Amino acid sequence: MHKLLNEQSIPAREYDMVKFSENDLAKVQEIVAHYPDGKQKSALLPVLHLAQDTFGGWLSSETMDYVASLLQIEPIEVYEVATFYSMYHLKPVGKYVFEVCQTGPCMLRGCDDIIQYITQTLGIRAGETTADGLFTLKTVECLGACGYAPMMQLGKYYREHLTKEKVDAIIAECRKTAAEQN
Amino acid sequence: MSEQPLLTVTIDNITVQVPAGTSILQAARKIGGDVAPPAMCVYSKLEGSGGKCRTCLVEVSKGSEKDPRPMPKLVASCRTNVMDGMEVKNITSPRVTDARAGVVEFLLINHPLDCPICDQAGECHLQDLSYEHGKEGTRYEFQRRTFKQHDLGPYIQLHMTRCILCYRCVYTADQLTNKREHGILDRGDHSEIATLIEKSLENNFIGNVIDVCPVGALTDKTFRFKNRVWFLKPENAHRECPDCCGKVTLWNRGDEVFRVTARKDEWGEVESLADGSTAWICNTCRFEKKKSSDWVIEGPRKISRHSVISQGHYEGKVGTTVPTEIFSAVHGGRNPKLLMDIHSVSEVNRPEIQLSQIAGPSTGNDFTTGKD
Amino acid sequence: MGMKLLLEKAHVEGIRHFEAYRREGGYRSVEKALKEMSPEAIVEEVKKSGLRGRGGAGFPAGMKWSFIAKPEGVPRHLVCNADESEPGTFKDRYLMEFLPHLLLEGLIVSSYALGSHATYIYIRGEYAWIATILETAIAEAKANGMLGNNILGSGFDCEIYVHRGAGAYICGEETALIESLEGKRGNPRIKPPFPAIQGVWMRPTVVNNVETLAAVVPIINMGGEEYAKIGVGKSTGTKLISACGNINKPGVYEIDMTISVEEFIYSDEYCGGIANGKRLKACIPGGSSVPILPANLLLKTAKGETRFMNYESLSDGGFASGSMMGSGGFIVLDEDQCIVKNTYTLARFYRHESCGQCSPCREGTGWMEKILWRLENGEGKETDIDLLWDIQRRIEGNTICPLGDAAAWPVAAAIRHFRDEFEWHVREPQEAKRRNYGLAHYADPIHVPVAG
Ligand SMILES: Cc1cc2nc3c(=O)[nH]c(=O)nc-3n(C[C@H](O)[C@H](O)[C@H](O)COP(=O)(O)O)c2cc1C
Ligand code: SF4
Ligand code: SF4
Ligand code: FES
Ligand code: FES
Repeated sequence: MHKLLNEQSIPAREYDMVKFSENDLAKVQEIVAHYPDGKQKSALLPVLHLAQDTFGGWLSSETMDYVASLLQIEPIEVYEVATFYSMYHLKPVGKYVFEVCQTGPCMLRGCDDIIQYITQTLGIRAGETTADGLFTLKTVECLGACGYAPMMQLGKYYREHLTKEKVDAIIAECRKTAAEQN
Repeated sequence: MSEQPLLTVTIDNITVQVPAGTSILQAARKIGGDVAPPAMCVYSKLEGSGGKCRTCLVEVSKGSEKDPRPMPKLVASCRTNVMDGMEVKNITSPRVTDARAGVVEFLLINHPLDCPICDQAGECHLQDLSYEHGKEGTRYEFQRRTFKQHDLGPYIQLHMTRCILCYRCVYTADQLTNKREHGILDRGDHSEIATLIEKSLENNFIGNVIDVCPVGALTDKTFRFKNRVWFLKPENAHRECPDCCGKVTLWNRGDEVFRVTARKDEWGEVESLADGSTAWICNTCRFEKKKSSDWVIEGPRKISRHSVISQGHYEGKVGTTVPTEIFSAVHGGRNPKLLMDIHSVSEVNRPEIQLSQIAGPSTGNDFTTGKD
Repeated sequence: MGMKLLLEKAHVEGIRHFEAYRREGGYRSVEKALKEMSPEAIVEEVKKSGLRGRGGAGFPAGMKWSFIAKPEGVPRHLVCNADESEPGTFKDRYLMEFLPHLLLEGLIVSSYALGSHATYIYIRGEYAWIATILETAIAEAKANGMLGNNILGSGFDCEIYVHRGAGAYICGEETALIESLEGKRGNPRIKPPFPAIQGVWMRPTVVNNVETLAAVVPIINMGGEEYAKIGVGKSTGTKLISACGNINKPGVYEIDMTISVEEFIYSDEYCGGIANGKRLKACIPGGSSVPILPANLLLKTAKGETRFMNYESLSDGGFASGSMMGSGGFIVLDEDQCIVKNTYTLARFYRHESCGQCSPCREGTGWMEKILWRLENGEGKETDIDLLWDIQRRIEGNTICPLGDAAAWPVAAAIRHFRDEFEWHVREPQEAKRRNYGLAHYADPIHVPVAG
């Protein structure tokens, strides 16, 4: 998947919106303190995680520039890193991202059927987001849960031993949470 | 300088003595000729470069006098230092020739075969490499990789499809400019040179990326006569420049300056000055000074490639007007197969296509759709 | 019952927390090491134990520790490799999830041995909740005087930090991991210099796997010599195996390395046999990058001897007829699995994970993936098989880091042992779309040439 930003398709956002709260800034300070003085660049991966969680589930170029300024590094150093690691989203994603593993061991346990089932149920293919902005489907490579296959990552946690019924339940659960939050 | 004991190393049965800290590649270049492995990524003037392209792999058949064991794997000669008593096989090793042919093939599978319309033609290290070490034809039957076009501003043209990811331009920006704005984005076979958000590269000295790029991925947008460098006459010239050494090569036709580059040595690297520093040039000298009157002309420049120690006949004088002769001259007497007989080796460069109508950068796709 | 040194207490209630862990005898090795032993003595015990790195390469841990440079005034660091991304491998996750304090205990002792005052756990980014478990455990250990300044009054200071990666298998390679820890792209470094001389922030660094560092705990508790008595030959101690694929009981098992492969697959204590009453076709015994073996060569060596679950026996026969212990990711394929498809998914994995720095791996992995896709989808050609062989051959050994080899070996082994299945895909493309090749002769007794 090509991950470069397509600037035109993304609504411009206010630079001011990209700013950590006092609380989050304290977290950034704490992360930076894990590394030797002057090696604050080491905090880049954890701070990008925090930024992605805080600013809408993806990293816009404003967010990355902001992180660069916090860590006193060049923006290109952030872009290089953000585009290298597969967990950073460089485009907006749905509220719930289904990251289904498709590598060998999961394939042996039928992940293809699960992916197809999700595709059918949500009407999206891998890499796409539903029109209501709720779900994104992604196929990913081995997540270190091969013995509990088929599986997917949803937010911070894994959902394992997937069946069609479980997928239905997960979708319903997400819809319910989303409705409650609105 | 204090007297350092010299180390003895034997490469393809030729013995040389070099100071400690010399890489196998540098030692081989001292011998010169075919003994010097091809090198696409290392650049002795850029710290940290090398190790990536793997064209310079050699076999170490004896580690050193102290530890004579051979090294089990082929090693990158650009990043492996000589030990006293070391024995190295380059072209005398069938393993090396085979691996190198593999590397060349890997470098070419996604490289567009657009040499006829590439600014770098005649100066491209990949072109040299492919006809010296490659095989004719390709076994790759898939679509070549393409990239979204990326504009780097008024000075530098990027053709990402031609990039071999040697990282030289990244080191250049890091080491010569005060702020790096481009880099390698994405990973694996999607990696690309880019700025993420389109940004024009105008940092003073950034123009040197054009000189370090071994292929036609980064070229000079202000070069007024593209594609056919062998019609031009190179001359050494200088000017009083407040920012850089001001020592350049002008590429002229008649009295007109078509292009300004840094001066390069026989390995294609920007030359060292008498004081040991590198003759990098600033953007002003490279992009803005296009009048003969801007320069003090020193005289014609001899373009030599590869070392002259072992074979004293690389007397290629550029300056005559017959293209083919000049071509073989700048290539040390070899006739470049790819350029002279493009249709026999290329599946996309078909004679019926009007090359002049293609607005670069071109990819294999241009040839199938015939876009104008 | 096999012997358990690591996972014995995994299911004790509350063991994830300091109190229960301590009650069950945890942190004894920290007391012993910091109060009674010198750092050199610990390195000596680890050497005597014969402990081999559990991350894949199997390099002796004690020897690695003795290489660390000790320049005056330069801090040293221990980094725990919890990147665990090799397909088929999920053992470190289990250990960290259930016994976080066991890992911390091993880390404290090892940090003391190496003189690391700031030790990092580099954990794959996707294991987000495990990072939280570890951070909780670290806070508990600190509150109880096992971390921080002057641990147990010994004068030794140590902090442990958790550093989350962000999705990149290559960051399991130790120099890529170091780059990533420095906040950069996970491009492996060109060696030398080796991490033991110039690692993270150019300081001397040791990188060890989670399981390796946890195993330091029983080694200190029982003594290196006692530990070395467990197992066989150079395969000392116990090993965690994560078993997956078409077996009845996928999961993480601790084995002492004297059981046979057959016992491991079929006994109820371990994998419990092949799922759905099917027959065994093939197995990748040490994580996706090690050579796949057909059933017959898996259970017996080419010499006709029983194959055991240890470093030596699994690699008996070299790549011609053997495989490797690797990271202990044991992937089992039943008779209805397609070798071509399996190989294709692995090739796709390696292409996806290549950092892209060196040309053979960057270009070769993508090329192999495309050819395998074509073969799997009935568009292959007879020459594709030889072409694949040629590509993998020219990647192997010619790259900056071993990911190139890891990508080449699975393809090589699949062609070496299952060539007729590949050929069948080319010859019968329509048929190959409808059904799988099946077990064929892959479980037939192998002909053992009589010596003489
Ligand atoms: C591509 C690649 C991926 C690796 N992934 C891991 C990994 O996820 N976990 C690990 O412990 N070692 C991994 N390794 C091995 C490490 O480079 C290193 O050898 C290991 O962490 C050393 O620890 P040990 O000696 O305790 O095994 C990987 C190696 C390579 C080449
Ligand atoms: S653009 Fe040129 S110099 Fe830069 S990495 Fe690509 S080939 Fe090398
Ligand atoms: S072998 Fe692959 S992963 Fe390793 S450095 Fe080269 S391109 Fe990167
Ligand atoms: S293969 Fe899917 S989690 Fe490992
Ligand atoms: S020149 Fe040595 S690897 Fe590229």
